[in-house]
Amino acid sequence: MKAVKFWSWLAYAVGAFYFLLPLAATFEFSLRARRGTYSFDAYQVVLADPQFRETFAFSFAAAIVTIIVGTFIVVPTAYWVRLRLPQARSVVEFITLLPLIIPAIVIVFGHIRMFNTSSYLPLTGSTMGTNVLLICGYAVLSLPYMYRAVDTGLRTIDVRTLTEAAQSLGGGWFTVLGRVIFPNVFVAILSGAFLTFAIVIGEYVFAALLNRPAFGPYMVWMGGNRAYEPAALAVMAFAITWGCMALIQMATRFSKYNKVVR
Amino acid sequence: MSDLGALKRRTTGGSIAEFGKGLSVWLGLLPFALFVSLFLILPTMNIIVGAFQNAEGAFTFDNLVGLNQANILNAFWVSIKISLLTAALGCLIGLMIAAALTKGGLPIWLRDATITFSGVASNFAGVPLAFAFIATFGRLGLVTVILRDVFNFSLASIGFNLISFTGLALTYLYFQVPLMILIVTPALDGMRREWREAADSLGASSGQYLRFVALPILWPTLLGTFALLFANAFGAVATAMALTGSSLSLMPIMLFAQIRGDVLQNPHLGYAIAFAMIAVTAIANLIYITLRARAERWQK
Amino acid sequence: MSYLQIHNLAKNFGATQVVKSFDLDIAKGEFVSFLGPSGCGKTTVLRMIAGFETPSSGSITIEGKDILPLRASQRNIGLVFQSYALFPNMTVAKNVGFGLKIAGQSPDRIEARVTEMLKLIGLGDKGDRYPFELSGGQQQRVALARALAVQPRVLLLDEPLSALDAKIRVSLRREIREIQRSLGITTIFVTHDQEEALSISDRVVVMNGGIAEQVGAPHEIYNRPKTKFVANFVGTLNSIPARVLDRSTSTFQIGSQNLSLAPAVVTSKIGNTVNLAIRPESMRLNARNGNDVVVSGTIEEVQFLGSVLRLRTRVMDSVVSLDTFNHPNVPPPSLGEVVAIHFSPRDVILLEG
Repeated sequence: MKAVKFWSWLAYAVGAFYFLLPLAATFEFSLRARRGTYSFDAYQVVLADPQFRETFAFSFAAAIVTIIVGTFIVVPTAYWVRLRLPQARSVVEFITLLPLIIPAIVIVFGHIRMFNTSSYLPLTGSTMGTNVLLICGYAVLSLPYMYRAVDTGLRTIDVRTLTEAAQSLGGGWFTVLGRVIFPNVFVAILSGAFLTFAIVIGEYVFAALLNRPAFGPYMVWMGGNRAYEPAALAVMAFAITWGCMALIQMATRFSKYNKVVR
Repeated sequence: MSDLGALKRRTTGGSIAEFGKGLSVWLGLLPFALFVSLFLILPTMNIIVGAFQNAEGAFTFDNLVGLNQANILNAFWVSIKISLLTAALGCLIGLMIAAALTKGGLPIWLRDATITFSGVASNFAGVPLAFAFIATFGRLGLVTVILRDVFNFSLASIGFNLISFTGLALTYLYFQVPLMILIVTPALDGMRREWREAADSLGASSGQYLRFVALPILWPTLLGTFALLFANAFGAVATAMALTGSSLSLMPIMLFAQIRGDVLQNPHLGYAIAFAMIAVTAIANLIYITLRARAERWQK
Repeated sequence: MSYLQIHNLAKNFGATQVVKSFDLDIAKGEFVSFLGPSGCGKTTVLRMIAGFETPSSGSITIEGKDILPLRASQRNIGLVFQSYALFPNMTVAKNVGFGLKIAGQSPDRIEARVTEMLKLIGLGDKGDRYPFELSGGQQQRVALARALAVQPRVLLLDEPLSALDAKIRVSLRREIREIQRSLGITTIFVTHDQEEALSISDRVVVMNGGIAEQVGAPHEIYNRPKTKFVANFVGTLNSIPARVLDRSTSTFQIGSQNLSLAPAVVTSKIGNTVNLAIRPESMRLNARNGNDVVVSGTIEEVQFLGSVLRLRTRVMDSVVSLDTFNHPNVPPPSLGEVVAIHFSPRDVILLEG
């Protein structure tokens, strides 16, 4: 067992080194903006840049709208499938996995082709329309994660029994949905929401090809034009992703009353 | 006679009401169906169909034949190569780390921390990841500088350049390995201790246990995850763009350029490229799904 | 000359002493059960014999040779687990033949032996099936065949029936015993189910808190329990408080009656109250001979258990269970009926500890 333990620690140490090194290096690099000394100048430049604020605000807003749209599509669907249409479950699940199979670039290509100015629904013809298309594209990208999170949440709380109990106590559909189901899957929705947020904030392909002023294209532009600011951006992006994951963990931990007893 | 009447009612009159009721249940899926049709299924079908159409809208294989160009074929092979390489390395390294975590006697808090970190790292792809690696291994990167100043060793002298195939592969590993860890750790957990003990009591050595029991049980998961990692790398765009710009010839980059500005002088070629990409990732994912189902069947 | 000797075996996990001081000699071909509640150390002792745990002290020898220096894979000891532990990637035949393949036997020999074993467990036609296609009971039989195929010196079974349905448990334990008898293999059977242990073992080791409280044949353990734990754990036991009257004659007072338990030795002081324990089947509603003690009680509950009627009767402050055979023509007593309970002083088990 001793020999096994040695090799295990060695393997793990090498892996840990590879994964922590870029994080440390990026942070170090981002501090090198001022010649000769370490400073947060790069961060200050970035945060003061109006383009940063505009694009980040745009992506932030896009993320929020995507989460709302996603929730309104996914939650009723997941609930309906679990409760009334279990025979549709495998088909629906397969469809929600398609965005992981079909590369994002192909999906946006399809969008551009389908919704261009000479089609039935010329979404790309206007700014508002393109924004709508962007949101819908983001919603598609986040579909697998949202659906899996909500579906797991519904499975944990045994939707069918809860609904029947609520109905036998006199609750109508809205009461059931609003007072019984929703509060119990709220945490699951939150998990999906944080993951969606992390995806949308840094997303590049959709935003670039649809020419929207999002955070992703801004970062690429910075990468081509600046030396130290991109590193600062990378650190911030990583911090945001980590923050989202931490929030997911916290949310699931505070939902102990939902956990299935093993 | 009354039975016949009842039967008739049950199959006709009764069934219409049933049919209507049955239909209304499916209406509950309407928002979802509309959404995915409009923004997922139809656009993809659009691309696939477009790959087989020419400018007049007639059916043709010309676009697929047109893929047989030097630059497109080159991009295809480079994409395949980097996907194979990073999938293989990702599988190997991820397996070693996951094995160290689950069976290697390491503390449990380390395992939880690694799983959390893997969750983050597998999502830390795209532009920020490219920046991070430039800051580490680029010309002014930390590692390059330290090797040069402290060890008097220049990375460039051994031919290492971050903006290259090797550099991109190294960068891709950053999200491939964590993904492997996330998928393979539960599979390793599923390797019951009793199997090892049963094999022991029957006289098997560690090597024999690995060869006859552990690896055969694990190989569907391993191979399946390999396919998944392959598809993952094949479809990645943002990281490559941010790291190598358009200097490295990859399928998704070529498609990106084509969508942006029709660099190939033939819009339908773009659809063919997209179709080829769908075909490759679809096959890889199909392999993953089938093998995972097989692995789950055994573990009952 | 005993075949398997365990001497002064102890195991600590950190500060906890899971096995305190365990001694046992097992003869060749003997079927011994380790019986006890969860956490009593029975599985730990088994695992130390198998080689999966290292004892903190003590020795284990087979045929006089110390097996502790040997690794688990070198001990040639067969193991059957509660969870069957069949290799899911192999067919039944490949599972059974695994040990032989490791030992380097020729494919012909392996096939012959596998066929023989499958016939022994009654699954001769299931050789090509995979474990997930079999029921729990079938899987456990395959696990047994796999362990026996290599002709181990000792067979260890760790709660092999606990995961199975009640009916299968009963039929499979008989099968295991028959196979064991026909092969003459020394066997240790760990269980928490006393009915299992009593019905098929040559000897039973009752364990509690890391030590063996009593070792003996099933009827000995049941009829002459040495400690309070054994008496309570094995079978149902009634407990009637009684006052010590006289130590030289071992006389006690129950209610208005006196009874003498001579020649049992009484250690408690005169005037103290001790518990007299007696099995439900030792009490009856009719007199057997003139030496019976008679106490009066009120029927509180009648449990119809099929061939046995269990009468829950209130005797002064305690409720005792009285077992009597069902007679088709005699109706059971009614609730609230006052009955006379007869028992012989010789059937009373004195438990002071």
